[in-house]
Amino acid sequence: MAKERTFRSEAIVLKRTDFGEADRLLTLYTREKGKIKAIAKGARKPQSRKTGHVELFMRSNMFFAQGRDLAIITQAEMVDGYAALRGDLVRTTYAAYAVELLDRFTVEEDRHVGIYNLLADALGWLAETDDLMLAARYYELRLLSQTGFQPQLFKCVACGEPVQEQDQFFSAELGGLLCPACWEMDREAVEVTAVAVKVLRYLQTRKWETVRILQLKRPLQHQLERIMHHYLTYILERSLKSVDFLRRLREEAALFAPEE
Amino acid sequence: MTTNALPQPVNRLITEFARLPGIGPKSAARLTFYLLRGGDEQALDLAQALQDLKERTQFCSVCFNITEEDPCQICADDGRNPNLLCVVEEPLDLLAIERSRAFNGRYHVLHGAISPVEGIGPEDLKITELIERVKNGHFTEIILATNPTLEGESTALYLTRRLKEFDVKLTGLARGLSVGGDLEYTDEITLGRALEGRREM
Ligand SMILES: [Zn+2]
Ligand SMILES: [Zn+2]
Repeated sequence: MAKERTFRSEAIVLKRTDFGEADRLLTLYTREKGKIKAIAKGARKPQSRKTGHVELFMRSNMFFAQGRDLAIITQAEMVDGYAALRGDLVRTTYAAYAVELLDRFTVEEDRHVGIYNLLADALGWLAETDDLMLAARYYELRLLSQTGFQPQLFKCVACGEPVQEQDQFFSAELGGLLCPACWEMDREAVEVTAVAVKVLRYLQTRKWETVRILQLKRPLQHQLERIMHHYLTYILERSLKSVDFLRRLREEAALFAPEE
Repeated sequence: MTTNALPQPVNRLITEFARLPGIGPKSAARLTFYLLRGGDEQALDLAQALQDLKERTQFCSVCFNITEEDPCQICADDGRNPNLLCVVEEPLDLLAIERSRAFNGRYHVLHGAISPVEGIGPEDLKITELIERVKNGHFTEIILATNPTLEGESTALYLTRRLKEFDVKLTGLARGLSVGGDLEYTDEITLGRALEGRREM
């Protein structure tokens, strides 16, 4: 199939590396073509017209010319810069986590508008929410559903019995909950309290507008984070840079508390 | 681009060039054949320059700029204002600011910026050294001249928090530099103006 020589798409900047003299090589998630790499010529020059529109996490309307190996961005105009993600290192780290996770779960040139919309929404949630942990968990569950890794939270993945309202186990290997009778099916399975099961199901089935008003206690937040990272690390077969960074950041948490 | 049809030394140089930033396999081959065709002297000069680069340079123990002598010329220059400190990410940024001639104080080179994306934290940069320097120095103003990128701004924000316990004015470059750009690529006039119009953090 012949490729058209030019195309346009809305795109979000996932990664950027310096390239050539003053150019940048960007990894983009585009609405029309999924993940692609593209060159932004002159993007390191602050005077270049493109520069302010192709920075990390920005959502822009872009025009491309298809080069032999890589697409070249000929024009870019920002749609949403998610400005709040920039002045706050904790928010920046969560945004970095969102794009790193998406990058790891996707391959190039595989169009998936659902994933595109999810990322665009998620960056918006992370820019405005007061509960970054909740937004991150919600995003993880949505992304897992979109990429075919939706965890089974309603019946035991071993015996198939509906999950009762009691403490359970979560098996990353089997991709869902194990009931107390079956927990030995996966020795690596982690414990999940009954209330955590409830919250995970709620997140998996509800809209963000409904979820965002939840007020979860810290220990529960940490339990949910542990379960999700356990599952994600298993699927991706290694941990994520931004997760390690977040851990280091928490040790310095006092420095990053919002100014009163 | 390397192949069995070429002698091993040729392949090796192509491979080495191709590892450099901004050089693809084709440019690497082009450079290699250029040197192969040119006179012996040119290739040997290049080899000597590369060797000197590593053997005859070091980081200045005061500001962490790259230098032949320690402390560097800027740190050793009594004519420069000892109360004014400019913090930059890379030696090339220092060079860009020097070219603008709008600054006559001292520098501190961080050797990078905080990046959640790359997993680079404060402890990977010359930040502890900066804090020590401020603690023991007599600075009245510190200009945080990091790049107007996500990483540069995160770094400036972090430094603002760390440095606010000291009795020193903290400033940043004037806005007007596009988000995502590199100071290294800012023309002298724009950079000079950004320095003169600096704002309190
Ligand atoms: Zn079971
Ligand atoms: Zn020095």
